[in-house]
Amino acid sequence: MIWKGWDFFPHGTHIDFMKYKGLCLAASIIAMAIALALFFVPGLNYGIDFKGGTLIEIGSKSGPINIGDIRSKVSGLGLGDVQVQEFGRPEDVMIRVEAQPGGDKAQLEVAAKIKQVLGDSVVYRRQEVVGPAVSEELRTTGILAVLVSILAICAYVWFRFEWQFAAGVVVALVHDVLLTIGVFAITQMEFDLSVVAALLTIVGYSVNDSVVVSDRIRENLRKYKKMPLSELLNVSVNETLSRTILTGGATIFVLLCLLFLGGAVIFPFTFAILFGIIVGTYSSIFVAAPVLDYFNVKRDWASGGGKPKGQAAPSV
Amino acid sequence: MLHFSRWKILSILAVCLLSILYALPNFLSAGALANLPSWWPKQSLSLGLDLKGGSYLLLEANVDQLKKEWYDQIEDDVRTRLRKARVQYTGLGQAADGVRVRISKAEDIEKAKTELNGMIQPLQGSFFTGQSANNLDIQSAADGSFTITPTTPALTERLSNGMASLISVLGQRINALGTTEPTIVRQGADRIVVQVPGLDNPERLKEIIGRTAKLSFHEVDQSKTIEDAEATGVPPGSKIFAMERDDKDAKLPKGKILLKVAPVVSGEDLVDAQPSFDSQTNEPVVSFRFNTSGARRFGNYTQVNVGRPFAIVLDDLVISAPQIREAILGGSGQISGNFAVQEATDLSISLRSGALPISLEVKEERSVGPSLGQDSISSGLVAGLIGGIGTAGLTMLVYGLFGAFAVLALLLNGLLLIAIMSGVQATLTLPGIAGIVLTIGMAVDSNVLIYERIREELRSGKTAISAIEAGFNRAIITIADSQLTTLAAAIVMFWLGSGPIRGFAVTLSIGVITSVFTAVTVTRLIVALWLRRARAKQRNIEVPI
Repeated sequence: MIWKGWDFFPHGTHIDFMKYKGLCLAASIIAMAIALALFFVPGLNYGIDFKGGTLIEIGSKSGPINIGDIRSKVSGLGLGDVQVQEFGRPEDVMIRVEAQPGGDKAQLEVAAKIKQVLGDSVVYRRQEVVGPAVSEELRTTGILAVLVSILAICAYVWFRFEWQFAAGVVVALVHDVLLTIGVFAITQMEFDLSVVAALLTIVGYSVNDSVVVSDRIRENLRKYKKMPLSELLNVSVNETLSRTILTGGATIFVLLCLLFLGGAVIFPFTFAILFGIIVGTYSSIFVAAPVLDYFNVKRDWASGGGKPKGQAAPSV
Repeated sequence: MLHFSRWKILSILAVCLLSILYALPNFLSAGALANLPSWWPKQSLSLGLDLKGGSYLLLEANVDQLKKEWYDQIEDDVRTRLRKARVQYTGLGQAADGVRVRISKAEDIEKAKTELNGMIQPLQGSFFTGQSANNLDIQSAADGSFTITPTTPALTERLSNGMASLISVLGQRINALGTTEPTIVRQGADRIVVQVPGLDNPERLKEIIGRTAKLSFHEVDQSKTIEDAEATGVPPGSKIFAMERDDKDAKLPKGKILLKVAPVVSGEDLVDAQPSFDSQTNEPVVSFRFNTSGARRFGNYTQVNVGRPFAIVLDDLVISAPQIREAILGGSGQISGNFAVQEATDLSISLRSGALPISLEVKEERSVGPSLGQDSISSGLVAGLIGGIGTAGLTMLVYGLFGAFAVLALLLNGLLLIAIMSGVQATLTLPGIAGIVLTIGMAVDSNVLIYERIREELRSGKTAISAIEAGFNRAIITIADSQLTTLAAAIVMFWLGSGPIRGFAVTLSIGVITSVFTAVTVTRLIVALWLRRARAKQRNIEVPI
């Protein structure tokens, strides 16, 4: 008696992914353009990490909190733009106050002023103050981090594969990052430092996915020397499809757990990763592979120098 | 590939044992921990402030003020030296690049030059580079004007020294709050990061560490009234100070007061400060004690000036200006300033530690209350558990017995991750928990890649053993490529990130490494052991996948 797995996934599929490559690429390009436009208008709802200001999370001592009451108390302080909203559950409220004119001193007094009007009736769960100098630095390093990671990965893929692969991977990466940013622009969900970390994670995962597909394409380029490229790409994507769906499924499941059970503080962070991984899975099939077709990846590199370039593992 | 030498098996087992050893303290109560033998590593996970609650402050030293104070000092020095040498000068003052002065008579220029050059001193330069730099750079122009500028190495040295003593003063103040394990670290040239766990009143922390606490006692200049001084000019050696509070006792004009700049006694002569209550009014005050030389000067001064007011100045604000009723000879006294009890306590903490050598500004603050931290830990745990159980179930459903092997590897992966994080005391933050949960998904990916490959090889008609072998061999290359890129992203995050992001990057990096180890090496070992047993039992092995 042997405990066998349930190999439920149909193998030997012949889905013609490349048939729709024009349509998919066009759709992706339009989506990227829209996301880029949304990035400028209406723009992202930057958290205090990037625009400076004060954030205070409070909780009621018993029962749901009266948001209207808190809003009227806090807006009476004359602190400029103040947002008061429920945070995660009815007992918790988040107060966000814009950066104050008058330097760091004025910035620091905001929390004290709010605490004065609210008194001991609530529990202060979290308090963050970011001054203008620091928020500017965080903005710069955030943009730099995303760019540097894309470049680093591009260099790695270029080193391990042909340049056409690197081009495909980079297009897919930019696609995933842009679309995630676009969703944050549409939903106006808070875009803070943790979302940048999420973007970097997406970059890591998306490239992971593209590399698995690229790896198979490279292997098949060597195996089927005569097969038309478009068909070869199809075969490769079909062969890795079970893995793509299983891994994607497991990761998405785990992220859904985090999204619904992980608490409100990391909600934007988890949401970004979840969304990024969904579009990342899509893009490794429908963006990275077709780009290879368009760039017409070289076929003769396996026979060119006598020895195959890159890794030389025997296909047993 | 499926053959494991004895030492290899032993070293993998050793890694497993070590990881249990290091991870165990996290699952034990404090009492059980104490019962462990002394050689057992007892460090558990080091939680970030966002999980255990506490305050993170990014402080920046006011470098401009440091420069300004030095310029003041140079200006004084120039004045005394030129006066002593009887050199006439004009236009002594400060510009952006240093202190300027112009010698009036041409014949004095040489004398002035010698005099001013006397201010130049070599720095205690680096022994290794052997470079000698001076503290000051003096430029002279043909019209007899001189510019005295502190050199860059000298400024750097002064800033470094200032930062070092800042950190020690901050340490004293924060320790006085009675918190456990605060960390105070210099960051870059002029910044300090303060992390205080478990403090639920960040306002008070900021109040205590942000106050410069420069205390001095001054003679009140009664030669002119404030209105006079404002209209006709402040007498030399005096300055107008702002009053923080109105003082009923001295009946001085509200708001402003004219004081002699040179203090009678300054805070450097304080040896102790304690909060207490005034014996008559019962209001909170700060009692202080001078050292011997301070006590003597204060005693002499008060003896001669009975009946006159004097002023107590704290951080350039007059907090009290009482009348001297009698000579204060014992060297101790008290400061009253309409304090609340906590204010008096905090002010004495600041005074005891001494003044901050450079004033500080808070640039960033992140404080998390203990309740939120606890909530974050529990919701992270719940999400991780459900995510882990679900993934384990899915893996076993899809890959059967081999799936169970993968789950075993997954468990070990978790243990290993906790063990390494505890062992190197890497900080676990809230995004870090998300990183661990994400690693679960990524770890499964490696196994999926291997097993799908094995299935493929089996379908192409290979025997069980060669299919398994090919599956591991071929998949490892893909795994290495894909995980290395994730590691690259994590390294970028660590390099550029701060606080919680770094925590996430660290967890993700460790997770990538452990997951490759467990998914590739450990799973392969288990499969190899299983294969050895299966081969002994039957000729035709069926792969349970």
